[in-house]
Amino acid sequence: MNFFLEALAWIVDPAHLSGPDGIPVRVGEHLLYTVVAVALASVVAIPAGYAIGHTGKGRTIAVALTGGVRALPTVGLVFLLALLMGIGSTPPVIAFVVLAIPSVLAGAYAGFEAVDRTTIDAARAMGMTERQIVAQVEVPLGLPLLIGGIRSAMLQVVATATVAAVVGAGGLGTYIFRGLRSNDYVQMVAGSMLVIAVAIVLEIVFAIAQRLVVPAGVTAGRPSDSRAPASRTRTTNEPLQEGTQ
Amino acid sequence: MITVNKKGRLTVLGAVAIGASVALAGCASGDPLESGSDGAASGDALVVGSQAYYSNEIIAELYAQALEAAGYEVEREYQIGQREVYVPELEDGSIDVFPEYTGNFVQFLDDSVTSGSPEEVEDALADALPDGLTSLPMAEANDQDSYNVTREFSEENGITSLADLADFDGTLTVGAPPENETRPYGPPGLKSVYGVDVQSTGIDDGGGPLTVRALLDGSVQLADIYTSSPLIAENDLVTLEDPENLILPQNVVPIVSDRVDEGAQEAIDAVNEVLTTEDLQMLNAQSTEDKDTSAAIATEYLTEKDLL
Repeated sequence: MNFFLEALAWIVDPAHLSGPDGIPVRVGEHLLYTVVAVALASVVAIPAGYAIGHTGKGRTIAVALTGGVRALPTVGLVFLLALLMGIGSTPPVIAFVVLAIPSVLAGAYAGFEAVDRTTIDAARAMGMTERQIVAQVEVPLGLPLLIGGIRSAMLQVVATATVAAVVGAGGLGTYIFRGLRSNDYVQMVAGSMLVIAVAIVLEIVFAIAQRLVVPAGVTAGRPSDSRAPASRTRTTNEPLQEGTQ
Repeated sequence: MITVNKKGRLTVLGAVAIGASVALAGCASGDPLESGSDGAASGDALVVGSQAYYSNEIIAELYAQALEAAGYEVEREYQIGQREVYVPELEDGSIDVFPEYTGNFVQFLDDSVTSGSPEEVEDALADALPDGLTSLPMAEANDQDSYNVTREFSEENGITSLADLADFDGTLTVGAPPENETRPYGPPGLKSVYGVDVQSTGIDDGGGPLTVRALLDGSVQLADIYTSSPLIAENDLVTLEDPENLILPQNVVPIVSDRVDEGAQEAIDAVNEVLTTEDLQMLNAQSTEDKDTSAAIATEYLTEKDLL
């Protein structure tokens, strides 16, 4: 317990609150890495995930590929990229994008796949074009799962962004690695606590964003709650549908 | 949902438990206390120990083979982790010969010692050693932090010593392990002893290839690299002199027990008399690049120096 009190005292120490190595700067760097990495990952992964989810093609490859990528140790990747590109913020950002892509991609295609097939058939039967189906049916209904994916990507990156410090790129890992290497465990715990605090704040922001962004009708009937039993009864009641699937 | 979560947690717990037991098993098999006490019990053989640091093991092997060549029976206890572990073993006589580094070892024994010339540190070490342990004359070879610049930077700016840095126009950034920032020889020491302002950029590879790469591509102007690192010669770096002894000298010094008699001391001294920092770099390179064993590296070196 003593460690935590000392770490708290370290965090509120005015000497650690300003300057280029101050807590605000380090938290800012950490947040910047996280937001930039998740944003870049989303640019790549959301369209790809939507394409997979809408067409149902390439899912196996996507699962295998993202599963494999998940096994990449981020520290190793940061070192490797830094050896190729030099130190600075680019190697960690690329590594964090790689880390964030699987979660976002999974959220995007799982969101589309989770949409009840009969709903999509209904939309098609109403005369909606494929674009309309994507934009007006699949995207809004898949939003909760997509945001869940982004949220878990964000959490992973926040927790991992500490490794930016191993190549001198700042962030909250600076305190952790410096503390670790110089046996200053108070500083190390303080750094860890700050990472946890940032993670919790981001979680809260995301919980609020999720409520604001997702249409009311979608949150009310979350796909996972209502769809599974419904689709089973419908297929048994309407044998005609079977042929079309 | 709850059951899934519980299962997930159990899996995590299981993974942690397996990981921990594997790690513990690793510790157990390397337990130096076990084998060390065997060594002391087995009679006349001199026990040579080394840290869990490849370069230290090579030096230990040099001593071991020199002792064997002089007709002594030797038992090897290499890769013993930290000073907290092996120093008590030295003190209780389980280990007879151990290669050490003057600065770090004296600070381990007596933290009031700060820095000084290599000879001052050697004398301080002799004073600080507990009864029953002796330090033999140190080697010229050292393995310590050093500030390095590229040959080009050195020649362009006429900088060969840390003192020259004070006249340098422009910002200086040092690529160094993260602890450099808080060490006495880090930025605060450079400021107070040499009047040089530097920024520290933490690169956590122990003065390895990434640090060198940052130096070569100009991201940093100075790099903190161990003097025994083969990378210094390989990349034609210039190690800056340290006339004020800001950096604690770490000369290679054998620590021996009372069981090491005069003949054995002479065998070890003969190795130490020839061992230079350049030799150490070369020996280390044979380990890191050519992947030779410490025994093969030591035999080759001692043969070349006519000590076998």
